[in-house]
Amino acid sequence: MTRIQTLDTRNLAETVQHGGCGECQTSCVAE
Amino acid sequence: MIHRYKLNGYNIVLDVYSGSVHVVDPLAYDIIGMYETSSKEEITKAMLEKYAHQPDVTPQEIAEVLDSVEQLKAAGKLFAPDKYEGMAFDFKNRNTVIKALCMHVAHTCNLTCDYCFASQGKYQGERALMSFEVGKQALDFLIANSGSRKNLEVDFFGGEPLMNWEVVKQLVAYGREQEKIHNKNFRFTLTTNGVLLNDEVIEFANKEMHNVVLSLDGRKEVHDRLRRTVNGKGSYDIIVPKFQKLVESRGGKGYYVRGTFTKDNVDFTNDIFHMADLGFTELSMEPVVSAPDEPYALTEEDLPKLFEQYEILAKEMIRRKEAGNGFTFYHYMIDLQGGPCIYKRISGCGSGTEYLAVTPWGELFPCHQFVGDPKYSMGDVWRGVTNTEMREEFKTCNAYARPDCKDCWARLYCSGGCAANAYHATGSIRGIYDYGCQLFRKRMECAIMIQVAEAGMAKSST
Repeated sequence: MTRIQTLDTRNLAETVQHGGCGECQTSCVAE
Repeated sequence: MIHRYKLNGYNIVLDVYSGSVHVVDPLAYDIIGMYETSSKEEITKAMLEKYAHQPDVTPQEIAEVLDSVEQLKAAGKLFAPDKYEGMAFDFKNRNTVIKALCMHVAHTCNLTCDYCFASQGKYQGERALMSFEVGKQALDFLIANSGSRKNLEVDFFGGEPLMNWEVVKQLVAYGREQEKIHNKNFRFTLTTNGVLLNDEVIEFANKEMHNVVLSLDGRKEVHDRLRRTVNGKGSYDIIVPKFQKLVESRGGKGYYVRGTFTKDNVDFTNDIFHMADLGFTELSMEPVVSAPDEPYALTEEDLPKLFEQYEILAKEMIRRKEAGNGFTFYHYMIDLQGGPCIYKRISGCGSGTEYLAVTPWGELFPCHQFVGDPKYSMGDVWRGVTNTEMREEFKTCNAYARPDCKDCWARLYCSGGCAANAYHATGSIRGIYDYGCQLFRKRMECAIMIQVAEAGMAKSST
């Protein structure tokens, strides 16, 4: 195997700019 | 911050603040583990000693791994810094709207489940049913306090909401009438023990309920031990055929079968598999939260067994999915390619700010788990939220507000955990329910491993 494989994930740091719209649902977490 | 762990043949490295997930071989696993505390020379020396029996581990090979680590770090995918702490303290200034109400339409129940947090539906108070007038005012309150938000969630809850079914139907009709006037979209949901399900309820639920939560603890002997009727009889045989009929009529979507496990069934995966074998595919099984002196309470000595069970569940889910008969487990449904933004991850569930519970008398509480505790009364559906100090307390109670979460790798996945559990465990909503934290971290490790396996990533060999 390659010694380090990286999964395709959403970078949380990028959501500082693109997130925060408040449209999410409440969530009694992980549109 | 990173979190490294080994599970099911994978060596996994989670980069906490970027959300990146890496699967690495043993050499890279060890190098990443030493990277922040040792020099390159120290790492090289240690690796050459540890892997002396492996001819492919050379100084050049170690240097290449170190180079890869540095590239990932430069790309913000490994050892990413925490840039979010400052944002967390600005949450008090955020404008929030109310998005969801938990409508306690019935503070009474036709079962007497031993572990019920609502004390058999009464919430430490008197039996009561919500009137249409109170429910109507609650919907008006939600519309008036939801700002420009279009989708509004209303969960019919109890106790057992089917014991007040006529009012539920009236409230749905009123909501449908009002949503046209105010450009809203009500998504009604129902949480039921199933005893009173019949064809009429099923037909109405399929037409009007966005989702239904069906309470079933798994195997008959497990379910019937704690979920009995008021006459002391088990309820399994009453509800399972009804649940199967409901789920089939909904096309297998828009439902959860949700169980609770206790000290009596720490082998709870067998109950989940039983649910799957009954034909249910949308599943959840939650650890009981109770006073430690209850006979069914989970204890520290149960933890190793529970951790093992979560691993068994994850591996079996992978196997069944590959075999074409998979099922979902609520806590393993993570979206690493998408997933919530950082603001949501910090702020958590929304209790006390975006989500409120309404009692049969119209009193407001931060969520269903605070109902009945006078300290947490927040107002009522006529006057609105009058305890604004409490609302501010919940608004700023986030993943960065709890000192115990400071060094936890999972805090951007649990958002600091459940305020009610923390309160009941420590007396403060800013505490933590450590037992729940340990189980949550294990579930997250398993959930990430499933994502890795389903992405077809190669195993790490050792």
